[in-house]
Parts: sequence; C-alpha cells; structure tokens
Amino acid sequence: MFGQSNSPRFRSALAGTLGIGLVFGLAACGGSDDSDDDSNTAAQSIDCAQFSSFGDLKGKTVSVYTGIVTPEDKAYKDSYKPFEQCTGVTIKYEGDKAFETQILVRAKAGNPPDLAIVPQPGLLQQLVATGKAVEAPAEVAANVDKFWDKNWKEYATVNGKFYGAPSGASVKSLVWYSPSEFKDAGYTVPTTLDELKTLTDKMVADKKKPWCAGISSGEATGWPLTDWHEDMMLRLSGPETFDKWVKHEIPFNGPESTAALDAVGGYLKNPAYVNGGLGDVKSIATTTFQDAGLPILEGTCSLHRQASFYAANFPKGTKVAEDGDVFAFYLPGKTATDKPVLGGGEFNVAFADRPEVKAFQTYLSTDTWANIKAKASQGWVSANKKIDPNNLSNPIDKLAATILLDPNTVFRFDGSDQMPAAVGSNAYWKQTTSWITGQDTKVTVDNIEKAWPK
Amino acid sequence: MFDTADTTAEKFTQMFAAILLFAAVVGIILFIAGRFGGRRGDKIVAYSYLAPTLLMLLVGLVYPGVRTIYQSFFDAAGSAFIGMDNYKTIFTDSDQLTVLRNTVFWVVVTPFVATAVGLLYAILVDKAKMESFAKALVFLPMAISFVGASIIWKFVYEFRPDQGNVKQIGLLNQVLVWLGGSPQQWLVDSPLNTFLLIVVMIWIQAGFAMTVLSAAIKAIPDDIIEAARLDGVGPWGMFRFVTLPAIRPAVVVVLTTIGIGTLKVFDIVRTMTGGQFDTSVIANEFYSQSFRSDNQGLGSALAVLLFLLVIPIVAYNIRQIRSSEAL
Amino acid sequence: MTTVTPVTTTPPLTPDKPNAAAVAKKKLTSPWASLAALVIAVLWTLPTFGLLVSSFRPERAIKTTGWWTFFSDPTFTMDNYKAVLDAESGAGLGSFFVNSLVITIPSVLIPLCLAALAAYAFAWIKFPGRNILFLIIFALQIVPLQVTLIPLLTLYVDAGLANTFWTIWISHAIFGLPLAIYLLHNFMREIPATLLEAARVDGAGHVSIFFRVLLPLLRPALAAFGIFQFLWVWNDLLVALTFAGGGDAVAPITVALANLSGTRGTAWHLLSAGAFVSILVPVTIFLLLQRYFVRGLLAGSVKG
Repeated sequence: MFGQSNSPRFRSALAGTLGIGLVFGLAACGGSDDSDDDSNTAAQSIDCAQFSSFGDLKGKTVSVYTGIVTPEDKAYKDSYKPFEQCTGVTIKYEGDKAFETQILVRAKAGNPPDLAIVPQPGLLQQLVATGKAVEAPAEVAANVDKFWDKNWKEYATVNGKFYGAPSGASVKSLVWYSPSEFKDAGYTVPTTLDELKTLTDKMVADKKKPWCAGISSGEATGWPLTDWHEDMMLRLSGPETFDKWVKHEIPFNGPESTAALDAVGGYLKNPAYVNGGLGDVKSIATTTFQDAGLPILEGTCSLHRQASFYAANFPKGTKVAEDGDVFAFYLPGKTATDKPVLGGGEFNVAFADRPEVKAFQTYLSTDTWANIKAKASQGWVSANKKIDPNNLSNPIDKLAATILLDPNTVFRFDGSDQMPAAVGSNAYWKQTTSWITGQDTKVTVDNIEKAWPK
Repeated sequence: MFDTADTTAEKFTQMFAAILLFAAVVGIILFIAGRFGGRRGDKIVAYSYLAPTLLMLLVGLVYPGVRTIYQSFFDAAGSAFIGMDNYKTIFTDSDQLTVLRNTVFWVVVTPFVATAVGLLYAILVDKAKMESFAKALVFLPMAISFVGASIIWKFVYEFRPDQGNVKQIGLLNQVLVWLGGSPQQWLVDSPLNTFLLIVVMIWIQAGFAMTVLSAAIKAIPDDIIEAARLDGVGPWGMFRFVTLPAIRPAVVVVLTTIGIGTLKVFDIVRTMTGGQFDTSVIANEFYSQSFRSDNQGLGSALAVLLFLLVIPIVAYNIRQIRSSEAL
Repeated sequence: MTTVTPVTTTPPLTPDKPNAAAVAKKKLTSPWASLAALVIAVLWTLPTFGLLVSSFRPERAIKTTGWWTFFSDPTFTMDNYKAVLDAESGAGLGSFFVNSLVITIPSVLIPLCLAALAAYAFAWIKFPGRNILFLIIFALQIVPLQVTLIPLLTLYVDAGLANTFWTIWISHAIFGLPLAIYLLHNFMREIPATLLEAARVDGAGHVSIFFRVLLPLLRPALAAFGIFQFLWVWNDLLVALTFAGGGDAVAPITVALANLSGTRGTAWHLLSAGAFVSILVPVTIFLLLQRYFVRGLLAGSVKG
C-alpha cells in the first residue's frame, strides 16, 4: 500500500525515479491487455519500475472531475494510462462544462470528487473555504518547489497551506497574425508597445482595420476584455503594482488601473482600429470570442490578442505555424527587455487523502506526467520547468513553452481569476462589457471598485 | 439496488425495481385507505393520500425554501446577520433595479401575448384541413429545451457587419438587408433586447396555450352556441359573450402556468446574452449571485423576491377557485 | 359492494356542427384567417427549420453563410451527425440515450401517481387544512430549483444515494409534484359531483371511486401531464448535472450534448445536429399521444 508515503525512502525514491531527466525509452509494462492503437501516447510501452514507489493500488479507484471536455479530455485520459497500468488503480474521469459552478455545489453538499482540476486560484480559495479540500501531501509540495517557479506555488496556497500542483498552463499575452500578410506587406513583429502602435497605424494607412476582437462568451461575456486590461496593467505599471492591484492593496479605480483601461480603449474603442471583418466597436460585445480571430484567415483583420489555447478555434486544415496560415507573437512589453507575461493554468486539488489519491496527486506533480501529457496532447503546455519542448508537437505550444520557460519572463497569473468572485467573475466582466458598448472609463472602474466585497 | 448501475441491463433492472418499490408504497396507501369507508374515515383517507406528497415536498422544497429565507438575512458568506440589507440592495442598486424592470416586462408581456397568439391560432385552425398537423407545428417548440431554443434563436438574431463580401447568417438581419436596411446588433440595445428575448419565451409557450385553449373551445356545449345563434348573436359577440366566458377557467390555468414559468426562466437569458446589456432578470441574477459571485445572501434574497412575486398569482387563483365553488 | 358502472362522459367531439370557434372565425373572413394562420405557422416553424438545414451543412458553410443559401448553393454533409453519434471520436450518444430513458420513465410515473392521489384528496375529500395545504403546494411551484440543490444533495450523500439514478428520480418527482397537483386538481374539480355522489350512495369507498369512476375519466388528463413532465425531464440539464455526478454511468443525453461543443468551442455544427437528435424522442412521443393530450385538457375544462 502507500503506507510508506511519509518515509524518507519514498521521497528519495520519487526524486530518483521521477525526478530530473526521465527519458521516454520506456520499456514494456507487465500488463499486455492494452489494445490502445494510439501511437502518440506513451501507453504502449511503459517502464513500470518508475511507478513501483507508488506501491500496489489494485482495485482502488480515484475520481477526477474537471471542466475539460471533448476533445481535450482524451489526452488527459491517455496520460493517466501508464499510472493506471503500473499501479492497478482505476482513474474515473468526468468532464463537465458546468464544472465551475457544479464543483462548489458538490463540495458544499459533501459529494466532492477525489480530485478536481481547478482552473482559477479564486475558485480554489472558495473550495478551500468549504472545508472539504485537503492539503497537498509533502511529496507534491516538494515536487512543486523543484519543478515550478515559486509564484505558481503561491497561487495554490491559502492561509499558508498548499493545496495542489499546477497542471496545464496557458500564455495569454499573445497576438495572432497572418505570417503571409506580414511578409507580403513588409510588416515586422513589434518588440515594444510603441512599435505595436506604429504597426497598427501603418496598417490603417494601408486601408485596413487592423484589430479584431470579440468578448461574447455566454455568462462569462467580457473576460477577453479583462485579459486585455490586465495585460496593459502589467505592462504600464509593472508586476509589483499588478500584484497589489489584484490583492486590492491599491484601489481598482486608481490612476494605474484607469490608465491601463484607457490604453485598451486606445485600441479597441478606436473606430479606425476595429473591428476587422466583424463590424464597428460595438460588435466586439456581440462577437463570440471563438469567432473573433477567424477574420485573420479571411484577410479582413490583421491582429487579434488572445491566449495560446485559441489555436484550437481555427477550422481543421488551418496551418498554425510561423510559416503557416496563422501564428502568434508575444504581446510586447513597454521596452524590448521587459518580458511580462499574463497567463492562466489549472491546479489539481484533492478532496480525499486516501493513499491512492495521494499517489495519483504525486504522479501529476512530476515531470514524468508533464512530459507524457505533452506528448499526448495538442494545444497544451505546462509551466513545469522540466518539460521537454521536443515533446510538444505543434509550433504554438512550443512558442508558449519557450515563453514560459524563458528566464527573463516575469509570469503573472490572470488577475480576474484571483480576485473575489463578486469582482473577478461578475462585476469585472459586466462593467468592461458596458464599457465597450459606450460606458465611460471612470464610471467603469468606479463601479468595479464599488463591487469589491468589503 | 442502490448502487450505481453500470450496464444497460443493470440500469433497466434498477428502473423496474424502483417502479415496483414505488407501486408497493402506493399499494400500501390504498390498502390503508380502503379500510376506512364512509365519511368518517375521510380524514384518514385524505391524509394517507397526501402523505408521500407532503413528505417529499417538505424535504425537497419547503425545507430548502425556508433555509433560503433564513439565508437572505445574512451576508455574502452566510456568516454575519445583516437584516434587510440584501433587500435594500435589490431595491436601490441601479443594476438590480434594471433586473426588476426587466422581470416586470417578462411577466407582463409573456403570458398575455403567448396566450393571445395561442388562442388566435386555435380559433384560426379550428376545423381547418390538417388541423392536427397545423397544431403540431406550433407545439413543436415546446418539445425543444430552453437551451436548444436559445441556440435556434441566436441563429435568427446573429449579426454580421455590413462590409465587403461578408454575408449575414442571421435570418432577421438578412430579411432587413433584403428590404434594403443595414444589419443591426439586436441583442445589444436595451430595452429592445429584453423584448427580443421575450419573443423566444413566447415562441416556446404559445404552443402550450394553443393546445389547452383549443381543447377548451371544442368542449363548449353545442346547445349554448345554438341558442346564442338563434338569438342573433354575431361572430364577434359570440367570441366575446360565449366563447371567452366558457373557456375562462382554461385561460386562467394557461396564464398562471406560463406566468410562473416565465418568472423562473433563466436559461434563455443565460444562453443568449449571459445577462449582459441590461437583460438580466431575477431568476438569472439569482443564479449568478449564488453560483458565480459567491454572494449567497443576495442570491437568497432574490429567490425570496421571486417567491413573493408569485403571491398575486396565487391570490388570483384562490379567487377563481372560490368563485367557481360558489356557483 | 355494488359495482359502479364506469361512466365515460367525455363530451363527444361534434365535428359536424359549427362550434363557437368556427363562428368566431367567420368574422375574420376566410382568406384573411388562412393567411393569419399561415403567418403564425411559418413564424413558429422557420427558426427550427433553419437549424435543421444547418445541421446538414459543413462547419465552414454554417459559419460564413446563412442557412437559406443551402437552396441556391446546396452543400450537404452527414459529418455533423456522424460526429455526434460516433462512439469513438464523438459523444457516442447511445449509452446516454439509455440513461435518459431510465431517468425519464420513473420520473414521469412517480409524480403522476402521487399527484393523482393528492389531487383527488384536495378535490373530493373534505378535511381540515385542505385549502391552506393546497395553496402552499400551489405556491411551491415558484421555489427555484437551484436553492434546493445543496440541501438535497447533502441529504442524498447522507443517505448513501449520491451518484445513482435514485437521486434524479426522487428529485424530478419532487419538482414535478406542485404543477401536477395544480393541473390535475383543476381537472378533477370539473367532474360533475353527481357522478361521485351516485357512487357513494351505492356504497363505494374512496379507493373504489378513485379507480372505477375517476381513473377512466382521468386517463386523458394524466396523459397530458405525462407529456409535460416527460418534456421537462427529457430536456433537463440542471438536475442531471447536479445529482448524476457519476460521469457517463448515469448522465443523460442533455449532459452529453452540453459537453459536445468542446472545452472552449461553440461548435454550432455539432450543436445543431445534437439538438435534432435530442428532440426526436419528445416530438415522436408528442405526436403519438397528441390525441390523448387534446382530449385530456378538453375534458378538464368541461364545465366552464
């Protein structure tokens, strides 16, 4: 069993077998019942030796509940297979688009899953507040110390207790563009905010509507605007001020926040700049975020600021690469040496401390898992420092990984995901949506400040 | 039997087991009731008939309802008693006032228009060729879920800009373009957008009104109509003085059911606008405060308000029942 | 006990004689009446029709042109339906379909029987507290489902029922009861009291009155409510999401459809096909039971 989980022997075993430099020449696993025909997963040949430290978990089940549904769920399930085969445990995966509300209902009612993949630090805090979340085992904490930037651990720490290892990560500070258009028109990828502005004006001079944007997203309508705002906040005022702002140590309607929103307005509320292929400024409000970047393919829009996961929204057959139909560049900082990056990610939070749950949690915090997962998926990266970019098959994932792993990068987690729910998933979305349809900047930031729970 | 069923066979076995178990419970109730004949046993019969219903409602609706009322006097986290503050917020905060205004629009417009359309259509297709086919067409939306209906109507209101070779994919804007107009973003401008959402609800509910009212019309005894005709009552008079009074109870049932359904609706708003652009209604706001904003107190207060709003409808129904019993 | 002859006094439909509606219709002279009916029928059908056409169009066509272009420039594909029905790559709706059936049948039968009993008690038995109880039940229609989720789920967890069909059956039964009682009570009150009195004089008890006198009359009304409850349960997402909690083992088709569009996608093309797969059953049921349905509500408003 997992009795030895707290022993030093276990920890060193983990460090040894699952630690640095695990390669993927994995030898055959004992079980031969697997008829998986998928060639890009690691499921076909596994060296079970590295899983021996988890012990025999035959007959045990761990339930996982997430907001990740088809088609992205397959890579998750595949990445669990080596662990399942070698330890004998069964992982029950449940994906649900309504995860973010349902997980709270289930936790409050005492029916949580064993493990949840939580996409926001704010939600993680709410889950901890229900009293049902379980502190992460020491092995997980040790792995996170080793494999992640220390910021990441803080996002999953509530009142000094650490609750779960980061899972995936996404880079939000990206601008999508058409490489062929840039080549034909002689545009170059900007390296400072000023250059971005110059580029935009050049495009306008070429009789183009440079930017396209869309913020409609059902009940979460408005979130792409909050990302824009945060990106500007991070660039104009710097990461320290950004942190204070997220923690509400400086007011939401202060000069920094107002300036950042005005900077966004300089692009998105400028009728000469938007909304390429989609209409006027107001059309930003009604265009779904999924559709907003597609005009790049039609040639009616040149620039679209959206996260790395947007790659999945381009129709099948679109080549997403530096020499393809569409690609992205890093949304530049104030100067060429500034590298602030806004991003997001998920955390594995456990609600049970049975040995098999702990073992699974530990497995998910290793670089072994991160690399298996990276191999199995498209459009997925992790901020795990030991992820091998060669395991990432598509160019945009590679770009995202390069940005995340760049030592000069100053990473900040999406601010609205950390703010109290009343702001981060209500007032902030709602007010910025009103702002894009005409509301004044001052009224907007004042209203959000007012909504901050006392 | 109370485990999670995994195979199809197990699932159906469990289902039949449940039905049998339930039948046994009803059987016991009827057996008890059957032992008490005559008027003396009335009380026992009544209470045993009601027992399972009352028990389920008590646990499943009354208890959560009372809990909600209690929580509405507490703050967001449910820890500090704050009296009527949540209610004060609802009636003073400008966002919440918009929510109230929209709810009034919904409740006033939906039941009456849906009933009127249903009644008109029922009269128009009555005895027409292919009557049941014609009715099935209008009833069809009832069979579609609220979310499905919202998707269908998003396709109607969808906007594409009036530039270059971009084509409309929303029907309403295409019709506008065909007529020489320029496409509009229908769901942005308040209060027009609220009425466009109401259209979806009317579209769903008119079939219900039509079916019920059509049945009621067909049930009017012929001798009454015959008598009225002999008295020389014209078609309009016939509608006003014979049809309408005769189907009045059915109209009340339809208005009540649609009215309550409208108060509770939130899927349409949530799917189509997410409550943005000043389109939120109480039910939607309740949902977003309770489950998204983590403000349990305000969410509960909104639920209680919903409960209070139904009181006039209840009162009206009581009067109907009383007056019909007096007859 | 004397046998009570089952009396079926459902008012006969008289298709030959002109009725009130027919007379009223004459006011709106025939061509105009037909036109108005046609306009309503078209308005009520067109949006659904548009979605039906869309469901057969390729993804890209749906995103760039309106469904009406299908008629000038037909592009036809079954890919959307394949994606929805395919068990390998798509949602594989088959097992969810079974779950939906298993969920729906008891969720309709249970409240139907209980409400019939309760409505009978309210309509035909005099007992202390009758009016106030009826009013409370009537008003309970408005309790938003969402406020019940956490308390009910907590109870289910304590009872060890979480993640089984039982939670969904019980919940749907509870949520359906107030409306069922209201509608059936309204119907029962309209049955002439003389019928019941006659049975009583013959010495029939409540059980035998219920079964021999009322049930034959009630059958259409039960069919009517049955359809409403069926539609409600079949289309429900919230109750299933909260209580089904056990993943694919108990989740109904609506849950599978909701997840179809992908983690971050809208996937119109899949949603349109999925929507049609899911409305197939309710529409078929409606068409099959339409006769009963109309007669049920018809009998319900006999007196006027």
